[in-house]
Amino acid sequence: MTVLTHAFTPGPIVASGPVKLTLMAPVARFSLRLRAANIPAVSMAIGVELPITVGERASNGTTEAICLGPDEWMVIAKSDNTDTLVSACADIYASATHSLTEVSAREITVRIEGDRAAELLTIGCPRDIDSIPVGGGCRTVVDGVTVVLWRDEEQSFRMDIWRSFALHVIDLLCRGCKELAAE
Amino acid sequence: MLLIHCPYCNQTLPEAEFTYAGEAHIARPADPSSVSDEEWRDFLFIRTNVKGPHYERWRHFHGCGRYFNAVRDTVSDRFLITYKTDDPRPELSDLLEKSK
Ligand SMILES: [Zn+2]
Repeated sequence: MTVLTHAFTPGPIVASGPVKLTLMAPVARFSLRLRAANIPAVSMAIGVELPITVGERASNGTTEAICLGPDEWMVIAKSDNTDTLVSACADIYASATHSLTEVSAREITVRIEGDRAAELLTIGCPRDIDSIPVGGGCRTVVDGVTVVLWRDEEQSFRMDIWRSFALHVIDLLCRGCKELAAE
Repeated sequence: MLLIHCPYCNQTLPEAEFTYAGEAHIARPADPSSVSDEEWRDFLFIRTNVKGPHYERWRHFHGCGRYFNAVRDTVSDRFLITYKTDDPRPELSDLLEKSK
């Protein structure tokens, strides 16, 4: 897998205050597209039962998938599982056509956590954060930038941001953290 | 901000996630080379430009990515309905009756 980490060194971005930001370590990311008929076969191949409702997630502990659209999923895996996942999908390709595209280097992920994490997101995200259940997620927009938001706990989120827009979004989140800390 | 119901996500979501995509139910001629210049011009450029309920396309751009159709009142900005692209065009009289 390709990992580009220049300018994006994993580690704390905002380490104290009501909301903490952390740039997470690289993971393997795949954009998965397929028709409904092939969901069972592909689920079997990747080892995760693909959810069919937009915004729902599923995980087997090492690989997780979120349904982003009626025929689209984002699959996150550990870096060292990449080859296994790709070959498992290749094996069933002939009978269950799908598109599995590795996009690991396309995005970086920021962990947003702390007492006021949900409130911080409202600085740039128009979606009602309360409508995202714990264990769910969505693709939405933050200050004009498409992101995928994963709600892992009540006040703990991951935000996947395309790397070319990431500095802009991180800068905005940092400013929000400062404002909350100054209150 | 408008709230728009995405028929694919089945959620009512902020307008900022969506983009407008022009009038709906404009069918591209099946055989472009057989139509007259006037018919081709009409297909490309001529739109109804309704004042009132307008059948139009939207795309859930920062979301599921899907195009869908809507009927929106161009005067009040009120959405009467949104529906999937392959759903039949709803009758306006039914929509107006329902929205009373
Ligand atoms: Zn949608």
